[in-house]
Amino acid sequence: MKTTLIALRLFLVMTLLTGVLYPLAVTGIAQGFFNAKANGSILKGAQNQALGSELLAQKFDSVIYFQSRPSACDYGTVASGASNKGPTSKALQDLVQERRAAFRTTNGLAAGQDVPGEMAFASGSGLDPHISPEAARLQVARVAKARAYNDVQTQALTQLVERAVESPQFGIFGQERINVLRLNMALDNASK
Amino acid sequence: MQPLEFLQIALYFGLLIAITPLLGGFMATVFCGQKTWLTPVLKPLEGLIYKLSGVNDYEEMSWKEYAFALLTFNALGFLAVFVLMLAQGALPLNPQSTGGTSGYLAFNTAVSFMTNTNWQAYSGEAALSYLTQMLGLGVQNFVSAATGIAVMIALTRGIARKHAASIGNFWVDLTRTTLYILLPLSLLLAILLVSQGVVQSFGSYVSATTLEGRSQVIPLGPAASQIAIKQLGTNGGGFFGVNSAHPFENPTPFSNFLQVLAILLIPSALTYTYGKMVGSVRQGWTIFAAMLAVLLVVLAVSLWSETSYNTVLQTSVQMEGKEQRFGVANSVLWGMTTTVASNGSVNAMHDSFSPLAGGMAMLNMMLGEVIFGGVGAGMYGMLMFIIITVFIAGLMVGRTPEYLGKKIEAFEVQMAMITILAPSTVILIGTMIAVLIPQGLSSLNNQGAHGFSEILYAFTSAAGNNGSAFAGLTVDTPFYNIAIGIGMLVGRFGVILPTLAIAGSLVGKKYTPPSLGTFPTDKPLFAVLLIAVILIVGALTFFPALSLGPIVEHLLMNAGKTF
Repeated sequence: MKTTLIALRLFLVMTLLTGVLYPLAVTGIAQGFFNAKANGSILKGAQNQALGSELLAQKFDSVIYFQSRPSACDYGTVASGASNKGPTSKALQDLVQERRAAFRTTNGLAAGQDVPGEMAFASGSGLDPHISPEAARLQVARVAKARAYNDVQTQALTQLVERAVESPQFGIFGQERINVLRLNMALDNASK
Repeated sequence: MQPLEFLQIALYFGLLIAITPLLGGFMATVFCGQKTWLTPVLKPLEGLIYKLSGVNDYEEMSWKEYAFALLTFNALGFLAVFVLMLAQGALPLNPQSTGGTSGYLAFNTAVSFMTNTNWQAYSGEAALSYLTQMLGLGVQNFVSAATGIAVMIALTRGIARKHAASIGNFWVDLTRTTLYILLPLSLLLAILLVSQGVVQSFGSYVSATTLEGRSQVIPLGPAASQIAIKQLGTNGGGFFGVNSAHPFENPTPFSNFLQVLAILLIPSALTYTYGKMVGSVRQGWTIFAAMLAVLLVVLAVSLWSETSYNTVLQTSVQMEGKEQRFGVANSVLWGMTTTVASNGSVNAMHDSFSPLAGGMAMLNMMLGEVIFGGVGAGMYGMLMFIIITVFIAGLMVGRTPEYLGKKIEAFEVQMAMITILAPSTVILIGTMIAVLIPQGLSSLNNQGAHGFSEILYAFTSAAGNNGSAFAGLTVDTPFYNIAIGIGMLVGRFGVILPTLAIAGSLVGKKYTPPSLGTFPTDKPLFAVLLIAVILIVGALTFFPALSLGPIVEHLLMNAGKTF
């Protein structure tokens, strides 16, 4: 009985400490020092309306935008998800071939040309905001054509893509990548 | 693989080795009740906690008292999560008006978080209120981790103390672990994670209109505080359903590095703590070396497998289920660390790993979660294998085996065998039942050998208290919620109770000084023998099951077969 009573009291104290005070302390510091990041890294438009989060992929199926990676949950956020298809899945094999063919057709690539892996395979979160620089470069000609750009404008678009390349963090961590939503927002701004 | 990827992996292991004596030494100081640099701040708080809970911190416990206190405390944790999940619809801090969950899911999740498994049959952002996450799961993240460390410390005292009757005080071990180790580290990590973009907010989900005019709901929540302890406490339960693949849970390559480091940080440092507490840091480093050697081998095999050409998908850059900001190498590094430690968080979907990488993840868990393993749990699990190894070495030379001056006799060997057999039984019998009944098979997301692997992985993860999954398997069903729940209970307490019994038995033995016939346990030869015992036990038990899953799938994949 004595043990049970101590267990109960200690459990309540621990709940207060680790379940209330600790998350509140982190929230206080987070909201104070990293306000935008703690609240979802929201990107806003001209009228201060939320356009999305810098960290979450959006669906882009219009030809005037760079495309995000495929998403097994169709970019759903509550909840997001992956295909969880295994390496010998027929369904995955078919889907990957379809995606490669579609990427080549949309972007006017030759039949045998390599399609970057991340454009043929769906991400783990279903919300991967990045693609490789290569995947963006392959889309430049199509975006330029869809926006009826002349040579000078296309040149500017190429530079826009190169400026969007994020290096490995601190020169060491991760790999080169491009945030698709940020790139498309920059594209819209440049077109105004 | 790119040179940069090798550099990241080298940096990872370099840092891990460097931090081990620092943190390990600090923890030993804490558990011996000596003064640390945090003592001036935390000692008054520690005293207040004892006062509020009615704990006498000078009281010592026998192993039975220790076990009873542990079980009672854990039972309360189970009840709290269970009730919170059922009742969350009527409770505050629920901006999305999430309703109560089913009783099956509540049972499964409550067991899962109490046992430090953090198997997730739900998606946090869709199924749980902020209150349940914080007050239920968040608290269990701390105290289940502290429970594991407490058991390890109790066993260490059993080995180190001479001719004594008690193995410490559970309340004190639990409180000190939480206060001096888990909370400060979590606070630091949580803030670093927020600086990278992990959300920490009590606000409602944000509605956005995308560039193409679609509406998008952006989920929020007090995530960073929970993710920090999820990694440090080898819990692994994500705030969001897709765990650390979610950009809000793991937004940058640096946040990824911090988290993957946090996975092994405490388990690795505890080897040093152990050495310090038994009076020879060489003992700790020998165990550390054995663990590291196995991890490096499984990592190498998985990296090779994951970057080899897949005939079916016609690529050697397998990006299904992986995030661009991490790439293949960081996904595999995480996949191996999270399964050797019984962490279970993921930054890529293991279901979509190449057959052998997925197989290595399973093997890591099947070896008993002793290669670093869960916080505390890995170390006491490893000590069980050490007892077996010392016993076998003793058989070979025909002497009564002894370990650090304590005679290893029939009782210790029997108990150690139970800790190895209990989880193995869960894996093999559980998988067998599931593949024989429609309730087991109807949950499959993949066919053929990979489907078998999904079920095998689920029971392996439960038995090892890991919590990662081949997540295609639909597990929020009455059958899996109950079967996996029972598996987690056996995998946890079927190991903890015999371990404490050994602690109680060893602590009462008198010290026998080492003689010429004593097999030294702080030499490379011992590390090799230890690894051999772990691999032989694991291989003999699980090779047939692995053959039916990942091994045959690897062969079929190379032959271009699909299902």
